[in-house]
Amino acid sequence: MSRYYLNYLDELESEAIYVLREVWAQFQNPVILFSGGKDSIVVTHLARKAFYPCKIPFALMHVDTGHNFPETIQFRDDLIKTLEARLIVGSVQESIDQGRVAEEKGKNATRNALQITTLLDAIEGNKVDCAIGGGRRDEEKARAKERFFSHRDDFGQWDPKNQRPELWNLFNGKYFEGEHFRVFPISNWTEMDVWNYIRRENIDIPSLYLAHEREVVWRNNSWIPHSEFLVLDKDEKVVRKKVRFRTLGDITITGGIESDADTIDKIVHEVSAMRLTERGNRSDDKRSETAMEDRKKQGYF
Amino acid sequence: MEINSNQLLRFTTAGSVDDGKSTLIGRLLYDSKSIFEDQMTAIENTSKKKGHEGIDLALFTDGLRDEREQGITIDVAYRYFTTPKRKFIIADTPGHIQYTRNMVTGASTANAAIILVDARHGVIEQTKRHAFIASLLHIPHVIVCINKMDLVDFSEETYNSIIKQFEEFSSKLLVQDIRFIPISALLGDNVVNRSENMSWYQGAPLLHTLETMHISSDINKVDARFPVQTVLRPQREGFIDYRGYAGRVASGVFRVGDEVAIMPSGFHSVIKSIDGPSGPLTEAFAPMSVSINLEDDIDISRGDMIVRANNQPEAAQDIEVMLCWLHNDPAKPRAKYTIKHTSNEQKAMIKEVIYKIDINTLGRKTDDFSMHMNDICKVKIRTTKPLMVDSYRENRNTGSLILIDDATNETVAAGMVI
Repeated sequence: MSRYYLNYLDELESEAIYVLREVWAQFQNPVILFSGGKDSIVVTHLARKAFYPCKIPFALMHVDTGHNFPETIQFRDDLIKTLEARLIVGSVQESIDQGRVAEEKGKNATRNALQITTLLDAIEGNKVDCAIGGGRRDEEKARAKERFFSHRDDFGQWDPKNQRPELWNLFNGKYFEGEHFRVFPISNWTEMDVWNYIRRENIDIPSLYLAHEREVVWRNNSWIPHSEFLVLDKDEKVVRKKVRFRTLGDITITGGIESDADTIDKIVHEVSAMRLTERGNRSDDKRSETAMEDRKKQGYF
Repeated sequence: MEINSNQLLRFTTAGSVDDGKSTLIGRLLYDSKSIFEDQMTAIENTSKKKGHEGIDLALFTDGLRDEREQGITIDVAYRYFTTPKRKFIIADTPGHIQYTRNMVTGASTANAAIILVDARHGVIEQTKRHAFIASLLHIPHVIVCINKMDLVDFSEETYNSIIKQFEEFSSKLLVQDIRFIPISALLGDNVVNRSENMSWYQGAPLLHTLETMHISSDINKVDARFPVQTVLRPQREGFIDYRGYAGRVASGVFRVGDEVAIMPSGFHSVIKSIDGPSGPLTEAFAPMSVSINLEDDIDISRGDMIVRANNQPEAAQDIEVMLCWLHNDPAKPRAKYTIKHTSNEQKAMIKEVIYKIDINTLGRKTDDFSMHMNDICKVKIRTTKPLMVDSYRENRNTGSLILIDDATNETVAAGMVI
C-alpha cells in the first residue's frame, strides 16, 4: 500500500478543519454553539487546530437553560479562559422572564424545546450569520439528512425537503439578510470516532462523562441525576449509584448509565461494546418518532 | 474498536425501493452488527404494526416523516458503519428518474458505487442511468449487485446473462473497475456472509469486497494542487512574521523545499515549512488540511492556487463543462451565475449548450438546448477571470464546479470540466 494515505481519523480531522476554514472565509460573524458536551468540545478543539497559530476566531455561544450540571458551567468558563475567546450566553430564564416562552408543566416538564426561541433570539441579537454545531449524522434519523452547510430561513427554520445540493467539497454559504447557516464540521463522525479522537488528542472533557458516584432517580429506563429542578413522584426514590453520562443535555433530561468506566480508555472500550444508541437515554428524543425532525425544523440545534 | 491505520471508504447506493436497496443497506448494517438494540426494538415494533413477518430490514433507512409515510427516499441520507478493517460512509440516494440530482450529489464524493439490478428483470433503463452517472462522476469503483437471486433459483445462467447485458452497454462508458456479485439482500447471501446457495460463485461477498478494494490511488497523487482557503497572520508575539496559507491539498504531494508557482499571478517561490493539524510536517498530500509557508513575501489570497512550478493547471476563461442541472427553475439563456471552483469564486455565463444527453438512450440531442432539473448537457462557460482547472477525469477536486443563481442564492448546477 502507498504511504500516501490517511487513516480515517486523520481524514475526518482534515475534513472538519477544511469546513471550519470555509466558515471563516464565507461568513461575517460565525460562532460555535457550545453546549459543554463532547461534540462541541471536539469542534472547538478542531477550530483551535484549524487556525493555529492564530487564536480561535469564533466566539462561543452557550444556550443556558438554567438547568445545568454545575460541572458543565465550570468547564465552559475554564475553556473560555484558556482559549482567550469571547463567550455569548443566551439565557432561557431571561426568555421566560420576558414572556417570550412559557415553562412546561408537570413531572416530565423540560426546558429543552424552550431553547429554540432563546437560540434564535441570541443569533438574531448578536447578528450571527453562521452557528457552528457539533451535530453528527449518525445521531438520529433527521440528522442523517443534514448538509455540512445547512441553510436556515429568516424564521430560523430548516426545510429538509428543499435543501441545497452539496457536491464535492464546494459549499454554498450565500444567504439573504436575516437568514443564517448552521454548519456541522463533524457530520461524518460517529460516537466511536469522537471518543477515539478524544483519546488520541488527549482532549479535556467534563468529569460527568467519567464514572462517578451520584444521587440519581430511576426514570424512563435510565438514571436521572437528582437536582433542585427535579420533581419527584411519591414512588420515586433517590439512590447513590456509580454512573456516567453518554451525552450531556439539561440536567433534568439527561439519563446516566451505570458504569465503572472512569478513564477515557475504559470509555472507548465500553462504547465499542454498547448495544444502545447514545441518545437512547435522552427523554427529549423519546417524545415521538419524529421528535428531532420536528424540533430541527423549528430551529433546534 | 482501536485506533489504527484503517481507511475511510465512501460509497453510494443506487437503486429504487423495488430493487431492494434499503434491504441491502439494512442487511449490511445488521450483519456487521452496526445496529443498536433500541433501533432494533423500534424496527420490530414498526414491522409488527405494518403486519410484516419478521423484521423489515428496509426500515433501518427510514428518515423524514414524509419518507416514512410514503415509503420512499426523498433526499440523500448518510449512514455509517465500521468493521475491523474499514470505516464506511454510505450515501443512500433515491433511485427514481426525477432524482438524478441526488444521485449526482451522492456520487460526487464516493470511492465506489453499488448499482442494484433485480435478477428477475435484468438490466433496465434505470440501471443504465445509474451506470452512466457513476461513469460521468468518475466514481473509481463500480460494484453491480445482482439482487433477488433467491427469486431466480440462484441461477448461474441468469447471473451470467445479466453480466453480458451490462457489459454490452457499459463498454461505451468510462469506468475503470467494474465487479459483479450475485446476492440476496433479503436472505443475506453474499452480502456479509458467503452464500451456500451459490457455490458456483467464486468471488468475494460484498462486504469483503468493500473492505479490501484498493482505494489509495483514488485521489490524484501526481499533480500537486493547493487552493488557498484563507491566510493565517497571527501578528502576536513569537509569530510576528508568520504568514501561513491555509488550505486542503486537492491533489498531489508538497514537500518542504519544493519550488512552487502561485496561480494566477505566476510568481515563483519555495516552500519554507508546512504545518499540519498536529505540528510541522516535511510533506503534505491530498486530502490533508495544512498551512504552507513560503520563503518569499508574495501577495496571495483566497482563491489563489499554489502548484508545483513544473506542473501547472490550465488558467482558462472559456471552459467546456458537462453540466448537471439541479434546480426547479430552468437555466436562463446567457444569464450570469456565480461559479464556485475550489476556493475561487467568479461570475460566469453559460455561452452555449453544445448538446444534451438523452439519459435513457445515452445518445446526444442537438435539437433541444433547454436545461431543466436533472438534465445533463455539454456547455461552454465563460468566466470574468481565469479559473485554474484540470480535467475532471484527471482531477476530481480541481475539475469540479457549481453554479449559484445570484437572484435566489440557490445552487443550480454541478459541472465537470472536460
